[in-house]
Amino acid sequence: MSRQDPSGTRTLRLVLAWSFVGIPLLWGVLQTLRDALKLFH
Amino acid sequence: MRPLSFLDRDRTVAAPGFSRWMVPPAALCIHLCIGQVYAFSVFNLPMTRLLGISAPAGGDWKLTELGWIFTLAIFFLGVSAAILGRWVEEGGPRRAMFTAALCFGGGFLLSAAGVYLHEIWIIYLGYGVLGGIGLGLGYISPVSTLIKWFPDRPGMATGMAIMGFGGGALIASPLSVWLMSRFSTPDHIGVAETFIVLGVVYFIFMMVGAAMVRIPAPDWRPAGWSPPARPPKLVTSANVHVYRALRTPQFWLIWWVLCLNVTAGIGVLGQASAMSQEMFPGKVSAVAAAGFVGLMSLFNMAGRFLWASASDLIGRKSTYFCFFILGIALYAWVPTTGRIGSVGLFVLCFLVIISMYGGGFATVPAYLRDMFGTRYVGAIHGWLITAWSAAGVFGPVLVNYLRVYEIARGVPKSDAYNLTMYLMAALLVIGFFCNLFIGPVHVRHHMAAAQAEATVLAP
Repeated sequence: MSRQDPSGTRTLRLVLAWSFVGIPLLWGVLQTLRDALKLFH
Repeated sequence: MRPLSFLDRDRTVAAPGFSRWMVPPAALCIHLCIGQVYAFSVFNLPMTRLLGISAPAGGDWKLTELGWIFTLAIFFLGVSAAILGRWVEEGGPRRAMFTAALCFGGGFLLSAAGVYLHEIWIIYLGYGVLGGIGLGLGYISPVSTLIKWFPDRPGMATGMAIMGFGGGALIASPLSVWLMSRFSTPDHIGVAETFIVLGVVYFIFMMVGAAMVRIPAPDWRPAGWSPPARPPKLVTSANVHVYRALRTPQFWLIWWVLCLNVTAGIGVLGQASAMSQEMFPGKVSAVAAAGFVGLMSLFNMAGRFLWASASDLIGRKSTYFCFFILGIALYAWVPTTGRIGSVGLFVLCFLVIISMYGGGFATVPAYLRDMFGTRYVGAIHGWLITAWSAAGVFGPVLVNYLRVYEIARGVPKSDAYNLTMYLMAALLVIGFFCNLFIGPVHVRHHMAAAQAEATVLAP
């Protein structure tokens, strides 16, 4: 990814942008997975 | 300088060196928020006892009245996506995302006032109409931008955004329940406060997406990529105007392909909990059924990304053939899983089916791009969303009424869904043939290159 934009957007901005959406999504997935596991109990 | 000129399309053109990988998170900022609509039902029961608190009182709203909030929101999603699609396309993604944030966040704030004053029409107007317009604008706003940034992988790019729509419910549901528990007291249910927090948080989140989004310069191409010299037969390099596209058989065939694929999925999605318990009495408890629904949400989300990404490799038409052939086989097989009492096979069937339901939504923007070009793909997608609205009515009605009809005929509850499953398989057979008949759009529908360029430069 970083090779594609040597002079522009920094890797840090990419990490921040993806974390901004990735962390809430991961939290939602984990919450749902916790509920889904009840199917196997 | 005009106020709000930062929203203009020409102010969002990316500078050289901008990474295209900044655009999917911008799209996800929007779709993760508007995906909340799938989780709106968590407010239904608390809103039936705003006055009675522990149980519904005389003046409390009924579930049937509250059901209209979701229905209105989905209706206005379809209407606004269809009517405002061209404005979204020509005004650029930032203006559309900003407007979507105002409408969706504002819809929550207005609804909070409706809960506080206990006037349901304010909630219809707030979340239903205003929020619904925000949903429609938000849903289509990043689609054509992503396709332009990822001409080499349009399915994967739009799949990522539309996966966010599925993921939004996974966040909103536990978040809303947690917020309501924080704001509730023994003599008050904290729905209004939850609406205010969600409205503000979603507005900020969507504004971050609007600030991040960029469109590529007209001559931009991914490094090391050039359009194939001989594109596949079903991929055009020309553009078709939105209103012209509506007059092509290809648009309506894709409309039916989406409608039938969604009809088959949406009906069972809403009934999954009851169906699993009734088909396997004594084997699937209410708690396990809730787990099954959660697992289906995860597969719905994952299918959006995986199937849309796969469509870049095998082609859009082949991907839909997979949905229809696999769907027909699985729906026809579900009654057998009930007869042999195999919960595991039943769950497996529905997880694959629901992944294809999500995959159908996520693959269709790239299908439209292949047929009609990139210029108006967002606006054409907006019109196609009406297929979702239609399926939202057909699917649940078919499943509910056929079940009631079968039980009235004396069929045991455990077998009451069999006819529905065979009917869903039959609908997918029709969808298979619609997909089969899709061919390239005739050149007479193509825009002249200069005309397509002019509409980009002079919105």
